[in-house]
Amino acid sequence: MAVELDVFVGNTTIMDEEVYQLWLDGYTVNDAVKARMDAGVLEECEADADVLLSDTMDQYRTFQMCERLLQSPAKLANQLLFQITPHRQVMLIERYYAFDDTFVREVLGKKLSKGTKKDLDDISAKTGVTLKSCRRQFDNFKRVFKVVEELKGPLVENIRQHFLLSDKLARDYAAIVFFANNRFETGKKKLQYLTFQDFALCAGQLINNWTVGAVDNMVEDMDVDLDKEFLQELKELKILIADKDLLDQHKSLVCTALRGKTKAFAEMEANFKNLSRGLVNIATKLTNTKDVRDFFIDLVEKFIEPCRSDRWTAADIKLYLTHYTNSAHILDPFKHQAVWDRYMGVIKSCIFIMYHD
Amino acid sequence: MPGKLKAKIVAGRHLPVMDRASDLTDAFVEVKFGNTTFKTDVFPKSLNPQWNSEWFKFEVDDEDLQDEPLQITVLDHDTYSANDAIGKVYIDIDPLLCTEAASVISGWFPIYDTIHGIRGEINVLVKVELFNDLNRFRQSSCGVKFFCTTSIPRGYRAAMVHGFLEELVVNEDPEYQWIDRIRTPRASNEARQRLISLMSGELQRKIGLKVLEMGGNAVVGYLQCFDLEGESGLVVRAIGTACTLEKLTSGSLASAHTHPNTAPASNACNSPSKDGKESPLAHGCRSTHNSPVHSACSSQRLSQNFSVSVPTLIFTGMGSGGSAGKEAGPLKTLLRQQTQTALEQREFPFFTLTSFPPGFLVHVGGVVSARSVKLLDRIHNPDEPETRDAWWEEIRQEIKSHAKALGCHAVVGYSENTSICEEVCILSASGTAAILNHRYMREGCLDIGSTDQRFEDPSPPSCGFCHIPYDELNMPFPAQLTYCYNCRRQKVPDVLFTTIDLPAEAAVTGKGCLIQARLCRLKKKAQGEVNATVISNLLPFMEYELHTQLMNKLKLRSMNALFGLHIQISVGENMLLGLASATGVYLTALPAPGGIQIAGKTTGDMSNEQHILTIQKRINDTIARNKELYQINPPELTEEGVGSPIPEPRHRSRLFRSHSESSDEVSELDLSHGKKDAFVLEIDDTDAVEDIHSLLTDASPPAGFHSCNTETMPGIYNWTTAVQMFTSVRVLRLSNANLSNQSLNKIFTDLCENLLKSFYFKLRSMVPCCLCHLNFNVAVPEEELIQVSVTAVAMTFDKDQTQERPAERFITKGGSETDEQLQFSLELCADSSSTNSQPSSRISGTVSLFTPAAKLCQSQLVVVHSTGVPENTIVSSRAASVDYGSFADRCSTWLELLRLKAHTIRRGSVKTSRRTQSLAHSVSSLEHCSPLTEGRSRSVRSSRSFGGSPVTMVKMTPLSFLPGTRNIKYLGIINMFFIRETTSLREEGGVSGFLHSFIAEVFAMVRAHVAALGGNAVVSYSMKDCVLMENPNKNQAQCLINVSGDAVIYVRETDQEPTASMTNMGQSLCAADGAT
Repeated sequence: MAVELDVFVGNTTIMDEEVYQLWLDGYTVNDAVKARMDAGVLEECEADADVLLSDTMDQYRTFQMCERLLQSPAKLANQLLFQITPHRQVMLIERYYAFDDTFVREVLGKKLSKGTKKDLDDISAKTGVTLKSCRRQFDNFKRVFKVVEELKGPLVENIRQHFLLSDKLARDYAAIVFFANNRFETGKKKLQYLTFQDFALCAGQLINNWTVGAVDNMVEDMDVDLDKEFLQELKELKILIADKDLLDQHKSLVCTALRGKTKAFAEMEANFKNLSRGLVNIATKLTNTKDVRDFFIDLVEKFIEPCRSDRWTAADIKLYLTHYTNSAHILDPFKHQAVWDRYMGVIKSCIFIMYHD
Repeated sequence: MPGKLKAKIVAGRHLPVMDRASDLTDAFVEVKFGNTTFKTDVFPKSLNPQWNSEWFKFEVDDEDLQDEPLQITVLDHDTYSANDAIGKVYIDIDPLLCTEAASVISGWFPIYDTIHGIRGEINVLVKVELFNDLNRFRQSSCGVKFFCTTSIPRGYRAAMVHGFLEELVVNEDPEYQWIDRIRTPRASNEARQRLISLMSGELQRKIGLKVLEMGGNAVVGYLQCFDLEGESGLVVRAIGTACTLEKLTSGSLASAHTHPNTAPASNACNSPSKDGKESPLAHGCRSTHNSPVHSACSSQRLSQNFSVSVPTLIFTGMGSGGSAGKEAGPLKTLLRQQTQTALEQREFPFFTLTSFPPGFLVHVGGVVSARSVKLLDRIHNPDEPETRDAWWEEIRQEIKSHAKALGCHAVVGYSENTSICEEVCILSASGTAAILNHRYMREGCLDIGSTDQRFEDPSPPSCGFCHIPYDELNMPFPAQLTYCYNCRRQKVPDVLFTTIDLPAEAAVTGKGCLIQARLCRLKKKAQGEVNATVISNLLPFMEYELHTQLMNKLKLRSMNALFGLHIQISVGENMLLGLASATGVYLTALPAPGGIQIAGKTTGDMSNEQHILTIQKRINDTIARNKELYQINPPELTEEGVGSPIPEPRHRSRLFRSHSESSDEVSELDLSHGKKDAFVLEIDDTDAVEDIHSLLTDASPPAGFHSCNTETMPGIYNWTTAVQMFTSVRVLRLSNANLSNQSLNKIFTDLCENLLKSFYFKLRSMVPCCLCHLNFNVAVPEEELIQVSVTAVAMTFDKDQTQERPAERFITKGGSETDEQLQFSLELCADSSSTNSQPSSRISGTVSLFTPAAKLCQSQLVVVHSTGVPENTIVSSRAASVDYGSFADRCSTWLELLRLKAHTIRRGSVKTSRRTQSLAHSVSSLEHCSPLTEGRSRSVRSSRSFGGSPVTMVKMTPLSFLPGTRNIKYLGIINMFFIRETTSLREEGGVSGFLHSFIAEVFAMVRAHVAALGGNAVVSYSMKDCVLMENPNKNQAQCLINVSGDAVIYVRETDQEPTASMTNMGQSLCAADGAT
């Protein structure tokens, strides 16, 4: 007595959000049935396991048929095969493109290539996200990357328009694309404490301030590549540490401003030169692709770790960096105010984000 | 040259990649009508081509316009080899030929390929310019409107109902022609699709001609079917009811739909033809039964059909019911005679309608059906399909004579169908015998006037149709009659079976529910005549058992009438499947059904006695539970009220019947009133035990759900606008070859029950809701396969509904108004009474019978007079006013509790619910930005935008209406036939994946056609065929689906102005979009 065939098709496509989530999470049909039973769906309604299995299979089939459309969401709105209400469409797309933070953290900054795809088994084992779900998420990243790569205009906006995503999700994807393109190192042990959201916020800062798009908004790849000219100009900041007088002058200005305002004053004063050298060195090396990749590691090693070992509070960091940035304006022989601001603005924000008390 | 067809190919989108090298397609389009073909230019290297072609003009006969579809083929241009076909679109031009229907077809159509399914979409514009044709010998019937709806369509009134229409055309099936051996499956499928499209076009035209001959202008209840007879050919046949329809002006429409005092009630009475109905329906008829046993043999068939009454054929206690003749006889006879003459002149006084304008139906006489087993032979001359015609003629004659035996002259709710297995074919026809109001039967009768009318037919509309139409002294079957519980003036049967919908004005107690009888019978494999004989011998037993089941289940639910009865018997190589579906209700006018009593054959065996007691208790509990579930609390009649002699104002007119009808007899009869006689089931073998068990296994729908197979659910009036139409197909493979009938029955029953359970589960979010028009279709596609396909619609209703039915609605409609609105007249063709020509075909046997309310009393049935009322059937409330409200309250609070519980459970379930919440935010934000999104993205990269206006939502329903809406325009009939085939079954997800996407594709194509006509809904939708053939070993499958319905534009009832302009806007927008 085998059920040879069992289908149920509604004129308006019936989709259960919970089953959709299970499908997205890569559950097999049987696991999904079990999960639904555990969630108590049977208690809600007089039904048995067979009914649940049949329903789950139907829905899985529907989702599989829809998947092709979800991969180019614009088609979902004007395809004729499935009659889905607009708000349902939004839900389907949004969830299809949603990802697990633990997973994205693993691939963030990696090249979205076949090679990485092969490592998904390991990532799946490590994160506990099913392989199927890993693949979907990875393919989503790759697909978004491929599409926006060729587009002009602002990155976030492009993603939002092409994939009909919410603003928040579009920003996250922009960060992923940005990280993948610049191959920022995020996997080192020292960076493990940072979440995807930390990186996403930093990426937002970098995109808004350091890319070509920050100055010219009609270039290809404008939001994906860092502004080469700007990186070149950063070399000029070297003077802040190379010129002994200037360094001393900068230190005294900062210390004057900080004195009495924080408990960590002594450590700030003692570490000023080290910290300043660290930050300026990061700036001057950014013309090297290799150093760009290490940007976040450098920030942690050169600035965040020393501060943390001296037990600075977040407020201390804020105070210090504000005065450190502003004091440079008063330095007479220092002529690169604009570049300095553009640089320090981002550095300041990134450090605030990355500095966890 | 009476017509010019113009077509314009605008654009394509989402085309498949045809050139692997470039990942693009060089598409062009061929537009073909008849023998003329036009081509567009090639639009190179694009998946979203913009052809924006000139207008292709075809100058054609209107005959061709009716027969031929417009064929659009999308191809990929290939310089070096043959062009590859991407897919096709067939567009039926018919809706454009009616001035009242659509004026232009414009929109996106899915490009369909029989092997690959839907491959992109194409935007097409089609127009027709018709010239007047004064040729009276013309072969076309342009302008005749077709409706699948089996009632007078909303917004129309029937000025005249002309009568029955039938036609069939036959052809060779391309699949079985010699050429099929050398052509590709695609070519063969397309040949078949094209042929069937042509044949149904021709059929429709021919039917249309008949309508014009009769002087009508429309076909209502149009039912078209395909018989795939394999080697012997392809038959397309249709039946319908010819009418002269007049469009109601908006004023009268409004008045028909809104009643000041019953604003919410207007929601309630949905069925279109029921609007304004009030005048008495037919006298109820007693459904008759006929013992099937005798009728198997064809030679005796005709003579035996009505001579039923096997002496032991008893239904309930009252002896064989014939004891008392009663008052109404003479008048009824008069009435009968008047109408008889009129209708008898008609060859087939059949009507495919299932619900009627007020005053049309006078008497209902029960279900009549006939079946006949035939051996198929090759159709030698397609132009003279005599044998098929003769077969149907025969069946119809039989139906007609059955109706006559019931004292009725017409058959309503009439339908025909077939089941074919190899060379054996079962033809079935069924309907409800009825007497139609004589005032509408012949001209000159209208002057009788309303006073006369009232005098003649004093029965209130709420019970009138239940009163027996036939003569009690001359009943075609034994039955128990009682005085009508509503008016107490005339007699009613104890049970009533019909194939029609519940009349809107019928007085019903409580709610109704779906009742199904299911049966499997094994048979030996055989060939030819032997096989046919085996089948025809089995048929009567199947019918009998199905009826027993129906009756038992009806009683178990404490109901007394079935509506929408549909019995399907399907034949396979080694088994027969029978499925009877109907909606059970408790008609207030009919007596309360007695309980079911179990009796053991062997006495003295204590354990057995104990066993019987337990079963009895379970049955009693079930009945009690069902009474509560369906809110069946009929007002208990007081003994005095019933027992007192009823004044008989019309004794004086007792003229025609010579039978003595003394008052003694009357009192004799009265004695039995109020006693509920138990229906006894005797357990004498294991089979009987099984039967009783199966009786009790039918689960009632879960809380919040109701189900029925009719247009509306009695007892539910406050529909909301939420509808969900669905189609579900399940195929079961019987693994064990040595199954007994019993276990097979169990399997089949479980299959149906599980399907229903599945629906309830899937639609649980719509609670409280009712599954309406549940249409089950069974088939035995292969030796060990059972296929059940179901199409139905789930409709939600307001749980806070007032349980009061809007009774005043019917009363306030004045008789005068009704008269005006329904000048019904039947056209009487006084020509040839059909000569009952001797069938020359190879008939192996014909079986026919009435669906009975009575039982053949074999050893299991014992007559018992139970004195007094059995405990379990006592209804506590004596008063007429029953507290419905409290039950509803209880229901709703309980539901809420359930929901609450569900909610908490969901919360507990990890991350899912949280995501839902976060999503809610993003949804709203996205909704705000979406229009902007589309606009900009186009500017960013034009090639990525598909120029799509959002797709129109098209609702579909098997009912003739959408709740809370008005159909403001009928755009024409949708009648589509598709074939899908695959040679990569596994890759498409197995048979389930294959069929799932095919059904979704069919829906999509129906919606696209409706939207292109400017409509936003399909009503009276049905899937008439779903033939699936699979060969998993070869990785192949093929499926044929035939669907039909009426395309309409609907507006919400609250909207004052029709939104036709809106849809037009949408259309032009769409066209403009495509043009850019």
